[in-house]
Amino acid sequence: MIAVVDYKAGNLTSVMKSLRAVGANPTSTDDPATVHRADKIILPGVGHFAATKFLEDQGLKAAIRRKIAAGVPFLGICVGLQWLFAGSTEAPGCSGLAAFPETCDRFAPGRKIPHVGWNSLSIRPGARLFAGISNNSFVYFTHAYRAPVTTATVAVTDYGEPFSAAVEHGNIMGVQFHPEKSGETGLRLLRNFLEWEPC
Amino acid sequence: MLTKRIIACLDVKAGRVVKGVQFVDLIDAGDPAEVAARHAAAGADEIVFLDITATHEARGTLIPTVKRTAQQLFIPFTVGGGIRTADEASAVFDAGADKISINSAALAHPEVIGEIGAKFGAQAVIVAIDARRAGPSSPIEAAQVFVSGGRKPTGRHAIEWAKEAEDRGAGEILLTSMDADGTRAGFDCELTAAVSTAVQIPVIASGGAGNAQHFTQVFREGKADAALAASIFHFGIADVRSLKEELRRDGIPVRLPC
Repeated sequence: MIAVVDYKAGNLTSVMKSLRAVGANPTSTDDPATVHRADKIILPGVGHFAATKFLEDQGLKAAIRRKIAAGVPFLGICVGLQWLFAGSTEAPGCSGLAAFPETCDRFAPGRKIPHVGWNSLSIRPGARLFAGISNNSFVYFTHAYRAPVTTATVAVTDYGEPFSAAVEHGNIMGVQFHPEKSGETGLRLLRNFLEWEPC
Repeated sequence: MLTKRIIACLDVKAGRVVKGVQFVDLIDAGDPAEVAARHAAAGADEIVFLDITATHEARGTLIPTVKRTAQQLFIPFTVGGGIRTADEASAVFDAGADKISINSAALAHPEVIGEIGAKFGAQAVIVAIDARRAGPSSPIEAAQVFVSGGRKPTGRHAIEWAKEAEDRGAGEILLTSMDADGTRAGFDCELTAAVSTAVQIPVIASGGAGNAQHFTQVFREGKADAALAASIFHFGIADVRSLKEELRRDGIPVRLPC
């Protein structure tokens, strides 16, 4: 069962629709017990980092942490990627999952913020999410905060400064862009996540 | 590198795509779901669905048509026209929109910008501004904002209203020059540049697209982050793919379809 975690941060319609388009039968849920039964977990998101507080309040954070520890594949999208880090300066009192120790921060002034539109990916060879996706492919972004480039980064995008467009570490994956809004490239990425089996 | 976006706009009346000249004299241009899917396949970066008569006729957006159109799309999809409250916006998001565009309601009740943003994120709120200059020699700062599909003057100035919309939490500005709209004689680059440099959020230029050169001008001189057009695509003067190929030859960064 593919669980799409609903934490009331915007609508899930697009993510659910894209997953169905690549042949999945996703379940949207805000119930930790349902998350506990999932074979794969997707945490979408758009908007403010503070919305992730709902995950903690509802017991979803603990449920996701247990599943990740058990090796279940996890994909965070947009704020869902940022939540994998220790936190974000967007909501200083709100901690992330801290799978990665760094903190997310706002783009420096001097450019249009938010970063909105189709930007290209510099993809690290061997990245599992990007199997069959050419280097420099374009995907759709909309965000004002970004994660730094770290050892877990598998795709870098440049918007006046380089940032993490995608991260992978074991069964934990995240993308800053919106695969559900990135045409064929995004659908391929979702398919890669769905088809990926932990060894 | 962040590319310049080409946005295909569907002006929808009574469930059909239409196109007029300077907001009047409408002609039929097809079914919204079919037209949207065709533009997406040709490489449109986004689709905007504007229910152009909703506010005027004081009725809600065409939810079933929005839902049917969203079903075809895996690129960003914006819906505008007749959205007055955060609850009405919710219904449009539930139907599959990624962003909503508000115009008349934002001017009447500016706090609605923040209300929708609080629930769906600032990136989901586009404030649409329809502006008309007082005359060719009148200063750009005097360009006035109109509402209700271009029918009612508001007495507000476009640049000042764009700044307020940004302060209130708009994620993008969709700026339509009513003088240029439907003429196919080029965007109002001067007005677009004035608004684009006054705010930090992205500005989508609209009104007047007739050929590829006009897009190059509005990206360079108009400092637009995106440009929107309707009629040139509907009537086969250019499709998005050939437009983007021409823009790339001009040195404008664009995403070419596969």
